This record gives sequence, structure tokens and C-alpha cells, in this order.
Amino acid sequence: MIKSYVRDIITGLGSLLTGMKVTIKVMFTKGNTVEWPRQTAQLPEKFRGHIMLVPNESTGFAKCIACGSCVRACPSNCITVKGAKPEGAKKKSPTLFALDFTKCSLCGLCVESCPVDAITFSRDYALVDYSSKPFSAMNLLDDVASPFSGGSE
Amino acid sequence: MFESQIAPTYHLEPSEEQESDFILNLGPQHPGTHGVLRVILHMDGEYILTADPVLGYGHRMQEKIAENMTWAQVLPYMARMDYLSALSYNQAWVCLVEKMCGYEVPPRAEYIRVLTTELNRISSHLLWFGAFLLDLGAFTPFLHAFEDREKLLDLLETITGSRLTYCFFRFGGVGADVDATFLRETQEFLDQMRAHLPGYHELVTGNVIFEHRTKNVGVILPFDTSGYGLSGPVLRGSGEAYDVRVKEPYSIYPELKFNVPVEQTGDCMGRYLVRLAEIDESLNMIDQILANIPDGDIQAKVPKIIKPPEGEASMAVETPRGELMIYAVSDGTKIPYRVKYRVPSFANLSIFSKMARGQLLADALAILGSLDLVIPEIDR
Amino acid sequence: MISEITLIRTLLSILGITVVVGVNAIFVVWFERKVAGHMQYRLGPTEVGPAGLLQTVADGLKLVSKQIIFPQSADKPIFILAPIICLVPVFIALVPVPFSATWQAHELDVGLLLVIALGLLNTLGILLAGWGCDNKYALLGASRAVAQILAYKIPLLLCILPIILLSGSFSLREIVLVQEQSTWFALYQPVGFLIYLIAITLETNRSPFDFAEAESELVAGFHTEYSGMMFSLFFLAEYTYMLVASAIAAILFLGGWLGPFLPGPVWMLLKIYFFLFLMMWFRWTFPRVRVDQMLSFGWKILLPISLLNFLITAGVMAAL
Repeated sequence: MIKSYVRDIITGLGSLLTGMKVTIKVMFTKGNTVEWPRQTAQLPEKFRGHIMLVPNESTGFAKCIACGSCVRACPSNCITVKGAKPEGAKKKSPTLFALDFTKCSLCGLCVESCPVDAITFSRDYALVDYSSKPFSAMNLLDDVASPFSGGSE
Repeated sequence: MFESQIAPTYHLEPSEEQESDFILNLGPQHPGTHGVLRVILHMDGEYILTADPVLGYGHRMQEKIAENMTWAQVLPYMARMDYLSALSYNQAWVCLVEKMCGYEVPPRAEYIRVLTTELNRISSHLLWFGAFLLDLGAFTPFLHAFEDREKLLDLLETITGSRLTYCFFRFGGVGADVDATFLRETQEFLDQMRAHLPGYHELVTGNVIFEHRTKNVGVILPFDTSGYGLSGPVLRGSGEAYDVRVKEPYSIYPELKFNVPVEQTGDCMGRYLVRLAEIDESLNMIDQILANIPDGDIQAKVPKIIKPPEGEASMAVETPRGELMIYAVSDGTKIPYRVKYRVPSFANLSIFSKMARGQLLADALAILGSLDLVIPEIDR
Repeated sequence: MISEITLIRTLLSILGITVVVGVNAIFVVWFERKVAGHMQYRLGPTEVGPAGLLQTVADGLKLVSKQIIFPQSADKPIFILAPIICLVPVFIALVPVPFSATWQAHELDVGLLLVIALGLLNTLGILLAGWGCDNKYALLGASRAVAQILAYKIPLLLCILPIILLSGSFSLREIVLVQEQSTWFALYQPVGFLIYLIAITLETNRSPFDFAEAESELVAGFHTEYSGMMFSLFFLAEYTYMLVASAIAAILFLGGWLGPFLPGPVWMLLKIYFFLFLMMWFRWTFPRVRVDQMLSFGWKILLPISLLNFLITAGVMAAL
């Protein structure tokens, strides 16, 4: 009885010391910490930020043909697209492409459903504001030239 | 020295009068309940007389939502139920629809699916490991587990594009192919994880305090397991070698060699050991996948708008928490007629009232932690 | 009549103790966060001041500027009194602690007894805090603190007794001076030293024995309802108590300010911070012990061993 009493105490103490050995070892090991904002972690290639429109390489206008397949694919109903045919053009162009980012779940179904690959993910992750307003109706046409917004820059 | 390691159990049967003595409202905002679970405890000092879980704080009508979406649109919602094992849910849903429509999945896609699901399982178990130790009052193992999990999430992010709520599988395939870099990094992760796992055991498993906190605490008898519909590590910790991946094999699991870890004790320690052994098994599975991954397509030809033929189907998968079954009825349109989820956490929680009875408050929290509950999954 | 010199000395001592308490709290909190961070692959505070040293000052300012919330059903006088009762005794307990042969606020013949007695008042403060704020978690935390008190106080006293036998004095200064002649008492009393280490962890409510505040069980235990300055008083009390307990440990077992080359106060501080580091190391490694297991640990292991240790020491002393 005394024997097991002493043995239990010694093995118990031993197990505590093994644990302490682990923590002291870690104390002198470097972790994965990336000190933002001085350093920035590398975003992976497939990073999914909010969606944005892809410009056509030759014209600079948005590739979007305002077909609405992204609107239909979206499970959260967060995309609104309106389009019209500019004079002389064969295809429609968007007059409005609004994203309600407060509803978006970043699933990427819109990007996949797009028949002309006109949508892609942005690499913008630091979206901060004091209210949800700037994100509840993000006008994606702001960043891309459109035949309706007057001239390509 | 502690001949009776069994936790002191309160022997009195609670009477009406006793129940109203001291009511402790544990949750929905309490550091020990991991989310919005609320448990009403009737207590006598530190001993628990009865424990009633109150659910529904995170209820989002997931089943009703699914009835208003196209089959493809339901997919992103899968990640929101059990956010720690989103890929298992992904898999259940895509397999279900493939079953209804009869799509063939290319072998490479199947391999990628299992590879990512097993990585996801490890990350879920690592988080559980940390959270469980947090319940027992140790903060450091939590961050040690997160250090490894960080690598894992980076890895999954490179192919799925998100870190937690993945929407990666597609009907008849997967969303993206894996490249050689990813496979190499996975191999590096395996080596790192294998090197770190003994540290976990040194820090926690052998620890005398941990042993006293978990051994013979919250014992589930094998008799109870089927009556309460338990599954997953909670069931396997009680000596039942039931694993959906073996009993109703799906995907490429029949081709992989793996053991189903089982512990006979049925206590918190048993469930803990089962989960740590499962991390090991998942690592072995990933090893086999990396060695055998075939070349080829990752996406079968499927129509753009999915309309499963009229009928019903169900699909069960093994999530890190246990058996998930999804049952769906199609009326031949592009919108599901009815979807029903059978989630493991809900069943596993049901035995908590019985286990907590007569235990100390500290033990009740250890038990709650050892069940590995994800509250949004319970509330749906 | 109080002579002028006594008056100046008293005022200087009060100032000195306040500075020690304040600077210690600022440094130890930073130190603890750094130790915790590095033990968990983190960095700890880095932003405020060099290596984050001023983080505690910033936190303190934040706590001071926050509103103190009184729960509606709280017993207000007790609620306010509790943190003060926690803090004042540990302040006073620094009076007889010598930081060197001359650096001492006031030499007392029974300094050790005073420190032990004041240490008991801490539990009273916790009990009042738990009782006064009318919160069930706090009440449970307070009742745990009271339930454990005997289980560690008796072993603690039983490890101090051999030291008193060896040194023949209750004066902390005398105890160190005796060690100057022989050697550190830790070498005579290794078992007592170990038990004392465990007992001070218990005494200061530190993990793995932090049942009174047991975060994952009782939210924040006895100080659940405290906010702002009142909370920071508890915080200050805890860290000052750690300082006192470590100082006593250094004096009783490691020869206080004795040491080669460096001046006395430096040695004293080094030894104190050695104990503080040990306590942090415990906290950031172990899970929390269950309350009833701690009680049986105290009564079944600490008490018999410390009693045996005391009896053997007394026997050997009598034989020599």
C-alpha cells in the first residue's frame, strides 16, 4: 500500500515534469506568427475575396454580357445585374452590377456559372468600415470601364 | 493512492423540492459550452441533480432553406452546419445528388475528395483537442494544436480558396485540381504532424492531472449507445467499432487500409484516445492516397441545371463527430422537395443529461467537452 | 513620541512598497504574457513600448477609465470592501520582507507569522466578493476558495515549521542571516521546498489550482461581476500576493538576498522572479485539478508528507 502510494506520487511528478519539458522546449521554438501589418501573409492563388468584374483585354470594358446566370446561381441572392445593348454592339453590357457583400457567403458558384469568365475573385481582404453600408451595395462597375460609364481609361 | 478514481457520485434521487434549490444557467454565453448551447442545471452545491440542454439559439431552418434552393445552391449551406468538418457535409450532399442522378465520378476526383476530407477531419480533431483541454483548464495545448492546424488550413486554402467553410466539391467532381506543390506540402504536413503528435501525448495524455480528470468520468455503457443513437468517436470510445466508412463504404474508402480505433472504457479518456488515434489513421490514409492518386479528369460531365429524377435517397457519411445522414426527396424539379439532416452532435448531446446526473460541475464540463459538440449543427 | 527619523523612514517605506507593488505588477503581468505567448508559439505583447513592456500600463489605464458596474442585487458595502480586503493585507505583508540586510521596511520579530496571518485574509476577500455580488458562479468560486483553505494551509505551515526549528527565529531577517552561516535551507529541506512550492500555487489561486476563478467552469469565478478598477484591484492583489509568496519562498529556502558578486537586492529579485517563472510555467502547462481531487491531494499527500518531514527534522534536530 505504502509502495503504491510512493510510486503513484513519483510517476505523477514525472508526468508533470514531462509536460513542463514540452512547454519549455516550445518556449524557444519559433511559431508561425506573421506580424501584420508589418508583414503580410501570402494569399493563396485561389483566394476567394469578394467578386469583381474582369475587363476585356482589347477594349478594356467589362467582359460581362449581363446574361444573369450568376444571379440565378447565387444561393444568397446577393447579385443584381441590369444590362442593355450599347449602340452598335452585338452583345449586352451591364449598366448595373451590384453585390450585396453583407449577404455573400463566398461560395464561388457565380464565378463558376459565368459563361464568359467575366467574374473573378478579388484579393482584397481588408474590408473594414464603421457601418455595413459600403458593403451592402458594392458597385462592381466602379473598378471596370463600361461603355455606359463614359470612355475607357 | 486514489484507489477509487471514480468520480464521487451523488446518490440521492432528485425530488421536486430539491430541483428548485439551486439553478445554474450554464450558457448560452459561457466559455465552457462552445457556442450557444444552454444547459439548465439543478444543483446541490457543486453536484448536478439534473441537466436540461436548451437548444435552438442558432436555429436557421436549414432544412426549409434547402427546400427553396436549387440542388447546387444548397451546397454552400452545407458548410454552415458543421463548420469544423465542412468537407464531410460537402461530400454527403454531392454523393446524395450523384446517387439520385446516377453520375459517375472520375477516380482522381474521388481521391481528392477523400484526401481533403481526411485533412479536414484532422483539423477538426485538432480543434477539439484544444477545446477539450480548454474545458479542463489547460490553455497551452489549445494553441499547440492550433499551430499544427494553421499549417493544415493554409494547405486546404491553397486548393479550396477558403479556410473553414469550404464549398469545394461539385456534382460529379471537385472544384479544383491538386498540383504537385500541394501534394508535396501535404507530405511535409504529414511529417510535421507525425513529429508533433508525441508532444501532445507527453504534454497531455500522460499528465497525472489530466488522467484524474478524464478516467472514469462520464462513462457511457455499451448498453446505452444504441438507445441514444450515438455515433462517431463517442460510440467508438464505448467499445463499438462502428464507422460508416467501413460499414457502409462510400467513395474510395474500401480501397484504403485503415483501422477503426476503439476504446473499451467509455469514459472521457476513451473518447480522447479514440480521437487522437483517428488523427493517426487519417495520416495513414493520406499517405496511401498520396502514393496512389491517379491522373485523369476531376469533373464528370453533368448537366448545367440539375434535376434529379423523381424519388428519394439517403446518404450517410462519417464526419469527425459521427454519422451524418442526409435524406432528400426529389419531385423531378430543380428544387429539392424535402431535405432532412440526421446530425451526429444532436444525438450525442442527448446522452448528456444522463451522464451529467450526480456529477460535479467540473466533470459535467469535461463530459460536454468530450462529446465534441458543434452547436450550429445541433440547432441547424 | 514618534521621532522625525522614524516618521521619514515610515513614509519612505510606504513609498517604497507602493513602488515595488506597482512596478512589480506592471512587469510581472508583461512577463507572464510573454512567457505564456512563447510557450504557445505566440509572441505575447509586442506593440506598446519596447517589446510590449508598456502594454500593462495601457491596460491599466483602460481599466481605470472603465465604468464600475454594480449589480442591482449586490450587497454594495461588501461588494466594495472585497477587493480592498484582498489588496491591503498583501500590501502590509511586504512590510517585514527584507530585500537585503538593510533594505527592509520594518524589522519584526514575528515577521513570518504576520505574513502567514495576512495571507489568510485573502480568502476572506474572495469570500466577500463571491457573497456580495449575488452571482451563482461567484458564490461557487468563493465557496471553493474557502473549502480548500485548510487543505493547503496546514501543509504550508508544516513546511515552514522545520525552517523555524533550523533557524530558531520567526524573523525573516534572522532566517536569512542563519542561512549565511550554514547554507540554503532548500538543501536541508528538499521535500519541504517542493511542498511549499505546491502550497503557494494553491495559496495564490494559480492554475492548476485556480478553482476559485476556473474560467471554463465558473466564467470568472469570484470576480465575475467586477469590472474596471475593482477588477484590477483583484488583479493587482493576485500578482502582489504572488510576489509576497515568492519572496517568502526565496527567504525561507534559497537564502534571500545572499549570493556572490551581485548586490543583495538583485539576488533577492532574481530569486523572486525564479519562483514567479515557476508558477507561470505551471500555469501554462497543466490542466486544472478538480476541487475534490485537490482536497484529497491536500489531505492524503501534502499533509502526511509534510508532517513526516517535520517530524524527521525535529527528530534529527533533537538527536544532534
